[in-house]
Amino acid sequence: MIVALNGRHAELPDGATVADAVREAGADGESRGVAVAVDGEVVRRMEWAETKLKSEQTVEVVRAVQGG
Amino acid sequence: MRSRADSGSSTEASGPTPGEPSRAAPDRHQAFELGGRIWGSRLIVGSGGFRSLDAMERAVAASGAEIVTVALRRVDPAADGSALEVIDRLGVFALPNTAGCYTARDAVRTAQLAREAFETDWIKLEVIGDDRTLFPDAVELVDAAVRLVEDGFTVLPYTNDDPILARRLEEAGCAAVMPLGSPIGSGMGIRNPYNIQIIVEGAAVPVILDAGIGTASDAARAMELGCDGVLLSSSVARAKDPERMALAMRGAVDAGYAARRAGRIPRKLHAEASTPDEGLPELG
Repeated sequence: MIVALNGRHAELPDGATVADAVREAGADGESRGVAVAVDGEVVRRMEWAETKLKSEQTVEVVRAVQGG
Repeated sequence: MRSRADSGSSTEASGPTPGEPSRAAPDRHQAFELGGRIWGSRLIVGSGGFRSLDAMERAVAASGAEIVTVALRRVDPAADGSALEVIDRLGVFALPNTAGCYTARDAVRTAQLAREAFETDWIKLEVIGDDRTLFPDAVELVDAAVRLVEDGFTVLPYTNDDPILARRLEEAGCAAVMPLGSPIGSGMGIRNPYNIQIIVEGAAVPVILDAGIGTASDAARAMELGCDGVLLSSSVARAKDPERMALAMRGAVDAGYAARRAGRIPRKLHAEASTPDEGLPELG
């Protein structure tokens, strides 16, 4: 399954969840300050492990950076 | 004219913390309420633009700020260190922003991501009109503010120095209004002090001057105009010595606030001697 993960194509196994995408993006899934949107909708942290991704979805994994 | 500057009834301002220069004794009435919480510092600093996380840490500590803004960006596995770790270590409040958003829709989504990431419903709302001026897009800004307030956010909007727009944002339920002094990062100071004064006169929520501060006198000026606080970033982060500039800004905010409370003398065209003529000896 191919998803758009943080602006690049990522190959994930079928049945992969949001939690898998977070790991694939390079974020430690437990750390505070990380959030995920799938097709523009926020997925709550408690739902990461159960939320299955579908092919061609857009996943954004963000974290805190320095900014004014 | 109302005197919001005198409303600081809290006596919670504590003594100097270790490492604080003894001469920078804070005004005892300096605490203020923002978003239903009492804060001891009227200076809010941005975490962006520093040469390193270490420089940021030292400057934020020197500033005495209790609120530090942060942004949200895609996870970069190659990134070194984390801004949030530094902020947590300093024990200050991380205020997420929506920097880089051009539409209400993007700003609302970014705010929702920030709420999830930081477990806070506070948001510094920025909706930018174009990348040359970085001026807010008034239409999108009000739209985003209304939607975020409805969604339970404590909204702190970066806004133009427009008294009517400030009023609209207050009516929308924003917890403060944060007019710019001049364009973000320009260091041009307060280009329209009269508008800032009008915004201050009309606002029942805190007014925080956000953007344009170049040096300490700009921050003092904002407070003298009656602002409740100052939010600045580049002026400290891009100074030759950010830590020293942070200390200067802290002093400037304190001094400007004290001067506002003290009440300045009116401006006059002609001189008025401070030494009496009475009892002047005749010497010739």
